[in-house]
Amino acid sequence: MPRIKNNNSIDSGEAVGIVAAQSLGEPGTQMTMRTFHYAGVAEQVPLGLPRLIELVDARREPSKTLTDIYLENDMEKNYKAVEELAKALEYISIEDVCSIVENFSKKELRITVDSEFAQANGITIRDIAKKIRQSMGNAGKVKYKSNHIMVRIDTAYQKLRRLSMKIKAIPLKGIRGLSKATVINDERNGIYFIRCGGSNINEIKKIEGVDYSRIYTNNVREIEKHFGIEAARNALLKEIRQVMDLQGLPVDARHIMLIADAMCMRGAIEPVGRHGLSGRKSSVLARAAFEETVKHLVNASIKGEEDPLSGVTENIIIGQTIKLGTGKVRLVMKEME
Amino acid sequence: MTDFTEKKIGHIKFSLFSPEMVRKMSVIKVTVPDTYNEDGYPIDGGLMDQHMGVIDPGLRCKTCGGTVHTCPGHFGHVDLVRPVLHSEFARVVAGILKMTCNSCSRALIKKGKNSAGVDEILTKEEMIEEMKKVKKCPYCGQKQEDIRFEKPTTIMEGKRVLLPIEIRERLSKIPDEDLEMLGLDPKSARPEWMVLTSLPIPPVQMRPSIILETGERSEDDVTHKLVDIIRINQRLEANLNAGAPQLIIEDLWELLQYHITTYFNNETANVPPARHRSGRPLKTLSQRLKGKEGRFRYNLSGKRVNFSARTVVSPDPNISINEVGVPRSIAEELTVPIHVTPWNIEECKELMKRNEYPKVVYVTGKDGRRRRLMEKNTDELIQMLDVGWVIERQLKDGDPVIFNRQPSLHRISMMCHRAKVLPGRTFRLHVAVCPPYNADFDGDEMNLHVPQTYEARAEAEELMLVEKQIISPRHGNTIIEPNEDHISGAFLLTRKNVKLTKDEATQLLGAAGIYELPEPDAKGLYSGKAVFSMLFPKTLNAEYRTKLCREEGECSKAQCPYDGYVIIKDGVLKHGMMEKKGFAGHLLEKIFREYGSEAARDFIDRATRMSIYAVTKFGFSVGIESYHLDKDAKEKVLRIRENAVKEVEALIVKYKNKTLQRLPGKTLAETLEDRVMVVLGKARDSTGAVLRDYFGQENSSIVMANIGSRGSMLNAVQMAAFLGQQAVRGARIKRGYKGRVLPHFMGTDLGAYARGFVGTSFMDGLTPTEYFFHAAGGRESLVNTAIRTARSGYMQRRLINALQDFYVDYDKTVRDADGNVVQTKYGGDAKDPMRAKRV
Repeated sequence: MPRIKNNNSIDSGEAVGIVAAQSLGEPGTQMTMRTFHYAGVAEQVPLGLPRLIELVDARREPSKTLTDIYLENDMEKNYKAVEELAKALEYISIEDVCSIVENFSKKELRITVDSEFAQANGITIRDIAKKIRQSMGNAGKVKYKSNHIMVRIDTAYQKLRRLSMKIKAIPLKGIRGLSKATVINDERNGIYFIRCGGSNINEIKKIEGVDYSRIYTNNVREIEKHFGIEAARNALLKEIRQVMDLQGLPVDARHIMLIADAMCMRGAIEPVGRHGLSGRKSSVLARAAFEETVKHLVNASIKGEEDPLSGVTENIIIGQTIKLGTGKVRLVMKEME
Repeated sequence: MTDFTEKKIGHIKFSLFSPEMVRKMSVIKVTVPDTYNEDGYPIDGGLMDQHMGVIDPGLRCKTCGGTVHTCPGHFGHVDLVRPVLHSEFARVVAGILKMTCNSCSRALIKKGKNSAGVDEILTKEEMIEEMKKVKKCPYCGQKQEDIRFEKPTTIMEGKRVLLPIEIRERLSKIPDEDLEMLGLDPKSARPEWMVLTSLPIPPVQMRPSIILETGERSEDDVTHKLVDIIRINQRLEANLNAGAPQLIIEDLWELLQYHITTYFNNETANVPPARHRSGRPLKTLSQRLKGKEGRFRYNLSGKRVNFSARTVVSPDPNISINEVGVPRSIAEELTVPIHVTPWNIEECKELMKRNEYPKVVYVTGKDGRRRRLMEKNTDELIQMLDVGWVIERQLKDGDPVIFNRQPSLHRISMMCHRAKVLPGRTFRLHVAVCPPYNADFDGDEMNLHVPQTYEARAEAEELMLVEKQIISPRHGNTIIEPNEDHISGAFLLTRKNVKLTKDEATQLLGAAGIYELPEPDAKGLYSGKAVFSMLFPKTLNAEYRTKLCREEGECSKAQCPYDGYVIIKDGVLKHGMMEKKGFAGHLLEKIFREYGSEAARDFIDRATRMSIYAVTKFGFSVGIESYHLDKDAKEKVLRIRENAVKEVEALIVKYKNKTLQRLPGKTLAETLEDRVMVVLGKARDSTGAVLRDYFGQENSSIVMANIGSRGSMLNAVQMAAFLGQQAVRGARIKRGYKGRVLPHFMGTDLGAYARGFVGTSFMDGLTPTEYFFHAAGGRESLVNTAIRTARSGYMQRRLINALQDFYVDYDKTVRDADGNVVQTKYGGDAKDPMRAKRV
């Protein structure tokens, strides 16, 4: 029995882009829309189709982000140390701890502190009052008693409203953008790390004891900003793979790599779509056939653009052979005499 | 064969028409705002003038002399008495005015300088930004006023409206070298051309009128719009000549602007759309081009084809996976061209003599004339037939055809089959080829195409043939594989202690088309395994553990008490049973990779036939009794259910008196919901184990779930035990009245049954409230499916559009259409996902 030659290399001319796009698009209809629950983090991270769309769109603000923070060698085995750090991460502003009632006739703000919540986070009413005082400078009076803080100020009431908004936004502790930090035990190598909602690498990296090189977030844009385009490409690959794996839909990594590489090929992450990869094609006809037909034709005419007719859509439009696969070969057999 | 294209379109350049160009290419100046006279004859100088082409049969074009079929159409033109802004360019024009001087029309910064007049090298974008900042012309020193663009076509300078005449004047003064700085190509787009002075009138062919049943003529929307334009243009001219007051002139001018704006785009922002008499908005030029039903996507990116057929598909396990059953009536309609050569000329003549299927339908001579072959001209044409002619004969067995089912989500939605002409009116499809097409037989229709050139036929057979697609390029696993009854049959046949008489063995093998017998045992009987082994290549060796083995810990391999360890030695199944993963996955893949696609196709063809014979022979059925639980089992199931419900109650009590342990990062209420879902989910799972023990290997439903041929344990549980928790938005059902979902419950009830737990089975029947919950869950999944298909369709369109030009070059780099490198080595290793191991 003749065995076939074990040549498994890719054929030259193969339309790998189309195959990759189909390999990711075809299972799209089979995906569920459910959200996934990460241990400890209350945030419901979107999975399946919505997450996949979010990734190929390269959204600047993904719906829910997570950050994994690893600590330096000696600290990461010490649960206590990790937990302590985690506690300090969660962002709490006055809005989270207090409720504010505006009294326009008396021109005062009555701030009620949720003492139970404040205590749990190690915030005292004194700190809060102090912060408010600092933010107001010399204007107005700030007094506190049991769990109430009274702010009196003699201004117009539009300004009172503005002041109350300003007070609500005063940060008390933690890092802006981070929520719900939990300590997670990585059983494989017996270490602890912190997983929190949100992403703000810029601030996280300043914390002492944090291993900057191992911070990971599912916010691909954030990775691009802090670790560069190659890290972003890997993160994109990892995230898309994770979406497909969790759905139980096997996809060869080469397809995902191609998509990640395409999105990163110009040195910055570009979304798949008219504002990114498709919008930057050199062919006028291909762009016109995709979206915003008239806009592309108008702009092409004033710039005197020339369509090189090298892609797929253009050649379908004009009815010529597509320069992919067998259409790429330019060898012609000589006619017999 | 000399019929390959010698002339090719190299590139397409886009540019604007200059008024001179418009006049030069025009064949007639249109002056009459009307189309046909009372006799239905095109009016000279009207919009249907015969110089611009003809659409009525019998008439001839006055420009080229061609008929309806040969005249390509010619442009006319109309000279506008007052210039009018082209609405699509209005914003661009405003931008240009902003960047040029209002008196000398030079660009507002000098080359190589910035807005302050300091030397600085700027990019094009920066230059444009800088120019907008300049307040004084660097050439003539004139103070610059603020230019503002107002939708749709108004340009204001300070508080004054700039008239198109002025605009045109300023634009035409801009020197060419300044235009380049502004990002315009002066050769193809002088800015003054964006202010129209003469308007091309498209050929009649582009806007044919149709004749209604009543005999009335109905003009195309574009013609209607052109009539408006010409009429207003004439009125404006008359008023100008008569020296009408400025106000009237301006009104008419504005009206002309409106008509021209809507002529180009009837959906321009801030412009009321022009309407047809019936109130329907007109479809003008832009509307013709854009969108899904526009010229680009509907007619250019997708084209209609001949030589195709469509009908319902139905299953046929007796044809090969490579074949498709084609109804005789369709085969008679579709044709295949045969080029006459010295080697087949006699054969062709024989074929032409036939007067019943398969016969020759058309004959094309060297002159390119195509003649229908009829009884009376047969002899004459046979006489004339010569090398170089082409005959078109009806489709017959073995012709390669391309078969397709929409939505064509991946390339294996179109595969090449060999036609097999069969009686009946449906396409016949082998059941193992359903997965790539995602086809079933509940009324699905599919399309068939007949390739018309030798190149296309060769490519279809070499690249698209079904047997070459057994492995999916998406994941490198089998996608064309035995399924459902094929698995059940193979399983039944390969169980332990299946002994077959010689007769039975012969029948089974005969079904698979094998005409030799394996070695019988001492009693002259044949084991099922031995019979099934005849399907394997004689040198096949394999060894793997199936999930049928339920041993804990170390696998005892050949000693497996469940016969779950498969050993195939030299093509003989020594041990183990067939189930989905091993049979349809592992073994098929192994055969494909080691013995080639023909062997794999043969294996599927034969194995499916034998398995179906086996499953019919052994019998394999389920009925309502299969899900009947006796008292004992029922009690066990109910106990699990009641324990779970009680556990939920206990959790609720704990929740209410706040002794429930809060999960990190969750509120107490969320914790309760989580815990309840876990408890109820577990109850359903543990019921599965009870049923497995109770039904054992007797229940076909359980067997199918175990061997992976159809269904899962969940299906059996829901039929025999209970349905379990229904979910909406991934949580227990909670919306409805205040505090409760239905009025049947107490407002404070958080218990299992009050929040969508279904404690009855499909056998028992659901209670009214349970039925409601089940319907709520069912509705959600229907809605989700509908939304998902739309969203994933758009995502796939975007992905395809972004990546469609990528190819692997000869150096194994991946490049886009312009030759930019996307990957330096495809996939990092230049391996084909279809052939290499999956990573």
